[in-house]
Amino acid sequence: MGLYLRYIRLLLKSQLQYRASFAMTVLTQFLTPFAAFFGIYLLFERFGSIEGWTVYEVFLCFAIIGASFSTSTCIARGFDVFPNMIKNAGFDRFLVRPRGTIIQVLGSGFDIKRIGHLIQAIIVLIIAISGVKISWNIIKIFTLVNMIIGGACIFSGVYMLQAALAFWTVEGLEIANILTNGVREYASYPLDIFPKWITRFFTFIIPFSLVNYLPLKALLGHYSEHLIFYMLLPLVGILFIFPCILAWNFGVKHYCSTGS
Amino acid sequence: MKPYISALRVRYLNGLQYRAAALGGLTTQLFWGLMRIFLYNAFYKSGGQPPTMNFPELVSYIWLQQAFLAIIMLYDWDYELFDMITSGNISYELCRPCNLYGFWYVKLLSKRLASATLRFSPIILISLLLPTPYRLTLPHNIMSLLLFLVTMLLGSLLLVAISMLIYISVFKTMSPVGSMAFFGILGEFFSGMLIPIPLMPEWLQRICYIMPFRWTSDLPFRIYSGNISVSQGLMSIGVQILWIFVLVSMGLAMMKRITKRIVIQGG
Repeated sequence: MGLYLRYIRLLLKSQLQYRASFAMTVLTQFLTPFAAFFGIYLLFERFGSIEGWTVYEVFLCFAIIGASFSTSTCIARGFDVFPNMIKNAGFDRFLVRPRGTIIQVLGSGFDIKRIGHLIQAIIVLIIAISGVKISWNIIKIFTLVNMIIGGACIFSGVYMLQAALAFWTVEGLEIANILTNGVREYASYPLDIFPKWITRFFTFIIPFSLVNYLPLKALLGHYSEHLIFYMLLPLVGILFIFPCILAWNFGVKHYCSTGS
Repeated sequence: MKPYISALRVRYLNGLQYRAAALGGLTTQLFWGLMRIFLYNAFYKSGGQPPTMNFPELVSYIWLQQAFLAIIMLYDWDYELFDMITSGNISYELCRPCNLYGFWYVKLLSKRLASATLRFSPIILISLLLPTPYRLTLPHNIMSLLLFLVTMLLGSLLLVAISMLIYISVFKTMSPVGSMAFFGILGEFFSGMLIPIPLMPEWLQRICYIMPFRWTSDLPFRIYSGNISVSQGLMSIGVQILWIFVLVSMGLAMMKRITKRIVIQGG
């Protein structure tokens, strides 16, 4: 942990060296999801609702996914860009150091600029919470926080899987883009507006609905029974990270360097 | 003229080499198109039919966006050009016996055309074969198809003219991050990539119409689906040509002024 904090301190220092560029990127990180947010607002202005969901409920969904996504791209950025490291054989350096590979990859890519996106998500979260009718109590707040953490874990897990696959494919996989950027974009809406097979895929394969859609319905009072069950689902989402760690370790064992 | 045409050819053939990347992009684009249609389908089912665009028109709009993404997205930057400016390699480009603006314009255009060539036909083909609500419908008559092709071509010329201004601005700012981000978001929104322009409120549509971005993609796609009539479409060709003329002459003038007192970076 101490090592990880030191990594972060170094990266922070280097990223803050170029102030103007830093500020510009943070602003972009803020504005891009803001445009998406504005788009959702405009669509609701035209259509009123989507399959019975109101605009504030969708904002809540959007904000939670946004917060998860930005947190994971901030922390697990190293795994996102990892295929490059395979290509230029930079990973060899990690292997000769007497430390775990995961912590080194995490430490290689902590990206503080994503804070712009996180701030945007928090602002939308506040707007959404002020607009939806939820009687908040400690369990619901706990669920909400877990949803964000669980989502961040799944996104990070997908990044890890993609990085692990790169041990075989060398090239980064564009398909993984669907599971990260695609989810960020479309899981901003409640999953039941999509066909059943999509909902099933995101429940049982890549369990985004466990941290987003299902507990969200519980928060909004759509279920009359098993409330606690739905509210505890995000914890299962957090567990998703463990098989991904296994896959990563499996990949590392099979690593053949591309360098000379 | 000849050097530009051969530059176009060489770059175009070069761009056609990246087939694996195109295949990866293809899957992603099919997924995005499909998800987007599912999303709008849910919206259309919930509210009243918006008078401005019916569902088949919207579906065509989305599929055409995905098929021609390589041409119409402003944020597909060519980092090579930015690097040239900031690293000083621009000096090689300046030695060439042709106009820098023209040379870069052709370079950017050919790269986009090559990338689109690889992608558009499979996406069009697959989207034509999908089951009914999600299917790309054929244009109503041969005239709208022809007009679509003309406006699409002019649209790509216009888009490159817009992007050239951003590359030129880097001569002044020396960092592409700012203008890239700003114009990327602006262009995406006002060309109807984020949400189709007919679904925007009236006041926002009016803003879109006075900006150049929507003439690159929104116009041809709506002509294709019949959302914009042929007679209206014919008039918009004039607007497109006017925009191309204005932006290209602006770019030429800016480039001329800047290359007169250029500072070569690096050593």
